[in-house]
Amino acid sequence: MYKVGVIGEKDAVLGFKALGFSVFPVENNEQAAGKLSELAADKYAVIYITEQTAAGIQEEINQYREKRFPAVIPIPGTAGSLGIGMNGVKKCVEKAVGADILFRDD
Amino acid sequence: MARLNVNPTRMVLTGLKKRLKTARRGHKLLKDKRDELMKRFLDIVRENKRLREEVEHKVGIVHSRFVMARALMNSEVLEEALMFPKVEVNLKASTKNIMSVDVPVLEYTTEGGGEGDIYPYGFANTTGELDEAIATLSELVPELLKLAEMEKSAQLLADEIEKTRRRVNALEYVLIPNLEETIKYIVMKLDENERSNLTRLMKVKDMVLKDAHEFRY
Repeated sequence: MYKVGVIGEKDAVLGFKALGFSVFPVENNEQAAGKLSELAADKYAVIYITEQTAAGIQEEINQYREKRFPAVIPIPGTAGSLGIGMNGVKKCVEKAVGADILFRDD
Repeated sequence: MARLNVNPTRMVLTGLKKRLKTARRGHKLLKDKRDELMKRFLDIVRENKRLREEVEHKVGIVHSRFVMARALMNSEVLEEALMFPKVEVNLKASTKNIMSVDVPVLEYTTEGGGEGDIYPYGFANTTGELDEAIATLSELVPELLKLAEMEKSAQLLADEIEKTRRRVNALEYVLIPNLEETIKYIVMKLDENERSNLTRLMKVKDMVLKDAHEFRY
């Protein structure tokens, strides 16, 4: 049985706890990176990371891009969306198609 | 284009022709695979974009409700209220095969907490804003998981498309032209040998005939 993890600043991730997700508040990049690799080695299929936290540990996150599990998904934190998640989708399209065809018009 | 370094013999020619045929077939198959992958990828990535927009919007709403809740309650009470979740999410992860790419499929079941009974706290010490925030967030769970599934699938497919495109191009622009040129070279060399052999024979025949005539007189 797999689990769902949430990593991010305390205020942003607290609510997910009520849903039965495993919540891990972190305060700095080292903690976040450590937690991420810890969860990835454990039985976590999906790890949500708030964008504010994800911004500092992009390299660590990219390690998991090509693996099937875990799926590391950025979500907006308390300060709103930084566009990291959307940027990921955009990069994906550029990689596959060679040009950005989804976001062209905006 | 560079010609392969081979001996111009009939046997090598047969071998090369066979290789060319295989390469052409492989090229065609890979091209088909690339096209189909691209088609699937575009469907998934469009859905992914839509879901992400929706999820980001809704998570924003949840956060703003949490801010309200936090403003009205002190943080110890809030943390205490959320300390022990009532529901437990059980995630079943399997894989689905899209064009020989294994993409994840996530199914989830919740345990405990009946319909509308997701709040892990009593209502006495908490505010209504917290209830609303939790309610919105719990409605978001299926979408969040769907987003995870879609996003991962899109990433995996994008990788595979890139790999396949490289292979197609390598075959189309390197291997196949090389083989064709080598085959052409061997055929020309063999023809040339044939012609020189023929002229030599004719020459020898002439000489032999000349000798024969002179011998008669």
